[in-house]
Amino acid sequence: MKVDRRQLMAGAAATAATATLGGTGALAQAARPSGTLRVIPHASLTILDPVATTGYIVRNHGYLIYDTLFAMDEQLRPQPQMASGVEISQDRLTYRIGLRDGLAWHDGSPVTSADCVPSLTRWGRVDGLGQRLMSYVDSIETDGPRTIVIKLKRPYGLVLHSIGKLSTNVPFMMPRRFAEKPTTERTTADEQIGSGPFRFVRGEFRPGARVVYERNPNYVPRSEPPSNAAGGKRVNLERVEWINFPDPTTALNALISGEVDYYEQVPADLLQIAARAPGVKTQNFNPLGNVGMARFNHLVAPSNNVGVRRAIAQALNQRELLQAMIGNADFLRPCFSVFPCGTTFDTQIGNAIMQQGNLDAARATLRASGYNGERLVLLATTDIPIQTAMAQVVADACRRIGMNVDAQAMDWATVLQRRTSRNPVDQGGWNMFFTWWEGADLLDPVVQFALSGAGERAWVGWPNDPQMETLRSQFAEAGDAAEQKRLADAVQARALEQMYQVYTGMFFVATGFRDNVSGILNAPPFFWNITKRG
Amino acid sequence: MWWFILQRIVATIPVMGVVALVVFFMLRLSGDPAAILAGDTATQEQIAGIRTALGLDQPIHIQFFTWIWQIVRGDLGVSLFTGLPVTTLIAQRLEPTVMLATTTIIFSVIVAVPLGVLAAWKAGTWIDRAVMILAVIGFSVPVFVMGYFLIFGFAINLRWFPVQGYTSPFVDFARFTNQIVLPTLTLSAIYIALIARITRASVIEVLNEDYIRTARAKGQIERRVLFVHALKNAAVPIVTVIGLGIALLIGGVVVTESVYNIPGLGRLVVDAITRRDYPIIQGLILFFAFVYILLNLIIDLIYTMVDPRIRY
Repeated sequence: MKVDRRQLMAGAAATAATATLGGTGALAQAARPSGTLRVIPHASLTILDPVATTGYIVRNHGYLIYDTLFAMDEQLRPQPQMASGVEISQDRLTYRIGLRDGLAWHDGSPVTSADCVPSLTRWGRVDGLGQRLMSYVDSIETDGPRTIVIKLKRPYGLVLHSIGKLSTNVPFMMPRRFAEKPTTERTTADEQIGSGPFRFVRGEFRPGARVVYERNPNYVPRSEPPSNAAGGKRVNLERVEWINFPDPTTALNALISGEVDYYEQVPADLLQIAARAPGVKTQNFNPLGNVGMARFNHLVAPSNNVGVRRAIAQALNQRELLQAMIGNADFLRPCFSVFPCGTTFDTQIGNAIMQQGNLDAARATLRASGYNGERLVLLATTDIPIQTAMAQVVADACRRIGMNVDAQAMDWATVLQRRTSRNPVDQGGWNMFFTWWEGADLLDPVVQFALSGAGERAWVGWPNDPQMETLRSQFAEAGDAAEQKRLADAVQARALEQMYQVYTGMFFVATGFRDNVSGILNAPPFFWNITKRG
Repeated sequence: MWWFILQRIVATIPVMGVVALVVFFMLRLSGDPAAILAGDTATQEQIAGIRTALGLDQPIHIQFFTWIWQIVRGDLGVSLFTGLPVTTLIAQRLEPTVMLATTTIIFSVIVAVPLGVLAAWKAGTWIDRAVMILAVIGFSVPVFVMGYFLIFGFAINLRWFPVQGYTSPFVDFARFTNQIVLPTLTLSAIYIALIARITRASVIEVLNEDYIRTARAKGQIERRVLFVHALKNAAVPIVTVIGLGIALLIGGVVVTESVYNIPGLGRLVVDAITRRDYPIIQGLILFFAFVYILLNLIIDLIYTMVDPRIRY
């Protein structure tokens, strides 16, 4: 198969043209960029290297100042972004990616393939999807200043999906001098130079308080309308200021009074106030939503017993969990698939166990598992309300089926440390912790790191499941969509049979914004295409 | 006097040493920040790599002496998360806290001392009781409740002041004034209550002294008796409580800073604790300890001015 640039570009344009989200409005907006958008982000930005860590806030920072070779459109298909196109050899072993015209770093120097190769390599050392890609890669080399050549050892179906990955860790392109850093070293505030649509204003950076971006006047957007992370990134603002608010009530008051323009995540309990406030609108801009997760430790008793894990899953009622986590019925969605509901691989295969919430059945399963009253240690987060609610509901359900529950209250930072322990529970070990992911991180069996069964190389909890790894590899190598779908079904069946984790349902977060702000994309919080009047 | 000052400055060294020792080892008990730095999906290998890169895998005594050697050279270290020097981060956050503390103390003293004197002068009357009721309210109402009430009334409804934010007076003095009013009122309530009560108690005690009776017998007017004879002699405990108030304010404004979104030291230390950013926590605690010691020294020196009998 050979896809030339013109063909690929035409496909990209057609795809983008079918996208919704006011993209045509963006094309029509020829007005001169103006104004400052004052934003309340969901967290404070302290780490600045989006490749070296996984925080969503760092990813969002990355999308402002960096760019990617490929990017996902609304239909979650990779489209060229910095790339002018890609030529794929007949044997699917060689990918030649060209760089489009007009790409320059914020310091004025041109973007070359010599920057992109180490950028891809560095990302490939850190990211789960990147590591899998690199296991197929024979070499990544330059062919002149404008062409990157990826040679594979054997065909791999997710090359463009990988380098166009939407969520953390995103393969952002960085200047070579930063991309060659070891992954244990992070780029600093003085090194925030990308080729993206905004520039980082170093002099106004106050970690934990304020981050300022200004429009990159030299940025050349693509000609297509914007679609998710793909398409033309047209900037209609002079500046974007992220202002951190430790107190959500004050944050909402500032939005109501017009001191800020955009509140990325309005807490569910403040939504009614926001909705009634004059001049304020609320809307969910992330159709992929978020998914709650109760993760098991597969190494340590009693959660190393699959019967115990399945009993706990049977005992849990997702609707009760979501009610406790979110409360507002407009912003929750029961979902009994390991992949976000409404996305490509959403399936009902093997999910009966997730739909039960049947305490009697759970007790029977627990008895059959051989559970003998061992202590079940839950790492119960206290400082993130959604996770606190999950821990409380799970602890209650486990007690009600007769388990010896030890719910240990601690802040999230302590959970992150404690969960690295592989010791038995009487030596500081654990059995379950609670978290949530953006839907974009769970889209398929390879992207979803929580489905890894690679033992020590898997996510914390360390399931060791060669059968799952085989399925995931087959998925990665699958040549067509039907085969991928069949394998995704098999992955779900296996994940629920082994009960890697309990999925506690989907929820959505509303963004609050002033009524003079328009053009917000149905995507993660990107700030191109947005216009602020007045 | 100079010998006293020199002695006190030298005495800060062992105090700071003890603070450094306790802080360092207490923090290490809370675990290390490598897992937080690595992110949610990091593998054990990646976390171990970060731990090595930051020197957190070194024996604890080596880490301690490395840090002490840094301090001796005037270097508080570098934030594990931002990579910025701790001194830079403290400098960025110091001004808002100092400004808020300054306006709060000035406003509190201007309001509380006359109120306390008035309550003492009119002890037992309805004026005294009214002042004491206000003081109890000032003590009792949590800072965040007071803050939300003021925001609701003066920022949301009347729109006289902004809800939040801080602008340096050296950049835009009018905007600074506008933004600092509500936080100052919020934070002053408890200090007005504290200083007014201490002032009242001290002045009542002094008003019962023989020399006050003598002054009155000599025909001194009441205002002069109160403000020249009584207040001056009641000043030592008042100065003490004002000094302690300043010290408490420097590290204790975190709630007010959060409610009004002021990027001060209080928020810096809370954020650092949340992330286990050791160098910032260690640096800030040392800084706070130094400020406390310095303020105590200044209070001791002020004693000699308000009461000539005190000599060091």
